[in-house]
Amino acid sequence: MSSPILKLIAQRIALGILLLLAVSVLIFAGTQILPGDVAQAILGQSATPESLANLREQLGLNDPAYIRYFRWLGGVLTGDLGTAMSSGQDIATSIKGRLWNTLFLAFWAAIVAVPLAIILGLIAVRYRNGWVDKLISGLALASTSFPEFFIGYVLVYFFAVKWQIFPGISTVYDGMPFGERMQAIALPATALTLVVLAHMMRMTRAAILNVMQSAYVETAELKGLSAFNVIRKHAFPNAIAPIINVVMLNLAYLIVGVVVVEVIFVYPGMGQYLVDHVTKRDVPVVQAVGLIFAAVYIGLNIIADIAAIVANPRLRHPK
Amino acid sequence: MADSKAKPGVLLDIRNLRIEATVYPPGEPPKTITLVHDVSLTLEKGKVLGLIGESGAGKSTIGLSSMGYGRGGVRITGGEVILNGRDILKGGKEGFRKLRGREVCYVAQSAAAAFNPAHRLMDQVVEATLLHGTATRAEAEKRAVALFKKLSLPNPETIGERFPHQVSGGQLQRVMTAMALCSEPDLIVFDEPTTALDVTTQIDVLAAIKDAIRDTHVAALYITHDLAVVAQVSDEIMVLRHGRLVEWGGTRQIIKEPRQEYTNALVSVHEIEHAEQKPGTTPFLSVKNVTAAYGGGHVKVLKNVSVDIYPGQTLAVVGESGSGKSTLARAITGLLPPEQGTVTFDGRPLANRLADRPKEDLRQLQMIYQMADVAMNPRQTVGTIIGRPLEFYFGMRGKQRDARVAELLDKIEMGKGFIDRYPAELSGGQKQRVCIARSLAAKPKLIICDEVTSALDPLVAHGILELLLELQKEENVAYLFITHDLATVKSIADSIAVMYRGEVVRYGPKSKVLTPPFDAYTDLLLSSVPEMEIGWLEKAIKGRRMASAGN
Repeated sequence: MSSPILKLIAQRIALGILLLLAVSVLIFAGTQILPGDVAQAILGQSATPESLANLREQLGLNDPAYIRYFRWLGGVLTGDLGTAMSSGQDIATSIKGRLWNTLFLAFWAAIVAVPLAIILGLIAVRYRNGWVDKLISGLALASTSFPEFFIGYVLVYFFAVKWQIFPGISTVYDGMPFGERMQAIALPATALTLVVLAHMMRMTRAAILNVMQSAYVETAELKGLSAFNVIRKHAFPNAIAPIINVVMLNLAYLIVGVVVVEVIFVYPGMGQYLVDHVTKRDVPVVQAVGLIFAAVYIGLNIIADIAAIVANPRLRHPK
Repeated sequence: MADSKAKPGVLLDIRNLRIEATVYPPGEPPKTITLVHDVSLTLEKGKVLGLIGESGAGKSTIGLSSMGYGRGGVRITGGEVILNGRDILKGGKEGFRKLRGREVCYVAQSAAAAFNPAHRLMDQVVEATLLHGTATRAEAEKRAVALFKKLSLPNPETIGERFPHQVSGGQLQRVMTAMALCSEPDLIVFDEPTTALDVTTQIDVLAAIKDAIRDTHVAALYITHDLAVVAQVSDEIMVLRHGRLVEWGGTRQIIKEPRQEYTNALVSVHEIEHAEQKPGTTPFLSVKNVTAAYGGGHVKVLKNVSVDIYPGQTLAVVGESGSGKSTLARAITGLLPPEQGTVTFDGRPLANRLADRPKEDLRQLQMIYQMADVAMNPRQTVGTIIGRPLEFYFGMRGKQRDARVAELLDKIEMGKGFIDRYPAELSGGQKQRVCIARSLAAKPKLIICDEVTSALDPLVAHGILELLLELQKEENVAYLFITHDLATVKSIADSIAVMYRGEVVRYGPKSKVLTPPFDAYTDLLLSSVPEMEIGWLEKAIKGRRMASAGN
């Protein structure tokens, strides 16, 4: 691998780390601005001024904000996300299982949605402006236009209530057999797929249509390639960068934006965990989850950037 | 008896070809226009037919019809295209796909755009051969390497491993020719294969294509707007205009004894007699020892360049692409601040950076570009475009401004009726005229013309040059005329600077620069300009003293 490309990748990663630090400051500052007092929240209305003062001292709440920030950041970097106020449990331990569940759901939704979106996009380009294209675009658009909860409830109504194929409540537990687990996530995964499909499909279509105007596409047609092979072999490789970008954005959404779907199907993932603790005003948990979501988002976008760099033959094979 | 239509020895027989397209003019219902009106031609095996005409003549459209292909919404609506004894128009989509890349191959104008940037050259060169199953990969690659050798490409064994961006434009054009020859077709359609190249590179590519055609006995349709080029490679020439046949005959007959008036107009050399003006005593703009670089000083594109421009005169800057011609213009206008050296204007130094220059200095230096259509805002009318500098520099408003716009339109020989038109409604020559009017509106002392006639048909370009010369007389404006075309230089320049790899290698009054003895590069440049002489190509190649840089 050549050095300019390594340099570019190193730059992206460094930039990502900087960005993540900036986000951590924002998250910390945001939770500080919130009204209310942690000690008060823990001890309740009936606390005496002495016990409040004692707890504040104990939690280090009297230190200046920047010291508390670095104490928090130091903890995060060493894997200590603090303890939840509401339950007193270690946040890192409770998040681990939740994060795994969310990633499991996102993974299977992505496995279905990404190839499906790209293939539908390719087909739409092949039959562009014809009825196949319009049908694909129309259906995809309809599926994103419906709110997630609507799709979720429609799925529950038909598949869980009427035909009773899949469970309506996606309970999963540790040590659950793989098959049962897959059955449990079938409906939320379908709902998520429908939500992200159209965006990726339409972007694939637009990106490929953009390169279909190129002279090299004409060259391929004049070699006698079939219409679909022209798109697959000559147009698609040059449209890959924007497609990867939109795919990564949607993958990020599958992880950080699933709150509604998780709540509908009572799926024990990160989204539900976040919502639960926001209502309980559990600031350390909200901070930790926020930071993890930000890391996922930034990480996937870095991957998209790097993939776009690697996909560019001019950067991969300099003169 | 299916072959009853075929004449012996005839490869391609196009009869009464009619090609139409649907256009969608803004604000009007779509309408069908006819691009090609009942054109017939025959081509024998192993022969070369040149198709020539201005843009819009239907040359490429006819050429592509031999592959059953229409660009955009173009449709073949009438006639027959008989290739190897059968009418290919009856074969349907499947039939077209079988003949494309096997019986007929295509060489595009810009190989740089026609190669897929994502794949290695070899994969693209053998693709059609493998697709049609006429050879195994090993055989096809062997054939490709042999073709690379024949087309005198450097490192023929390994050039196929490269990506298109790693190879120069002239080389890519030859690789594209190899790609067309690789599947051993009966016919190749060359669509302006050397038009996008520098003259010095064009001559090599032309010679390579000519040798390859001779040695492989392939027939060819050679499409170009340049008669001098087509005279070097064709057996016969067909002149087209507005989709109709004007004249068809042997190469010698067409260039020596044209029968039609239009052919005659194309053939006769349009030299504008321009008496050279002697340089005055003091130049108003002088560039002194300017060095400029891109990428923070890494790539030096101008090395110690000094030139002077005198009031009301034209300095022509010639050289091939990458020689630094346009960079010189960027340095003078302040778009690319020089690293060293100064530009003096009216006896005082100009600020290096564009942002540091007062409005008055900006007004004095105007530019006209090669691509008139991208140099204008497509959503503004001609009146707004020309009126903008009037408002900006002179604060003109309302009636006063409109009167001046009308006056300027008059100067560029376009009537008042154009004031409300949009650029899309103008022809290429008219667009360039509007750009000229816009630059004149600022009443500048100097107009930098960057390849202003390169994108235009010869007859239209001729009109633009005459206009520029006339305006120079009226307005006493000076031109810095950047071009790669030596014929243009002869008709417009008072002095000439020849640039090569960022340096001025020859500089002086026109008469002196164009008089021998020449330095090696100027000699190469002058001897590479195609002449309308049969056998010129061979003579020119033999007489060369140095190889061109594009190879």
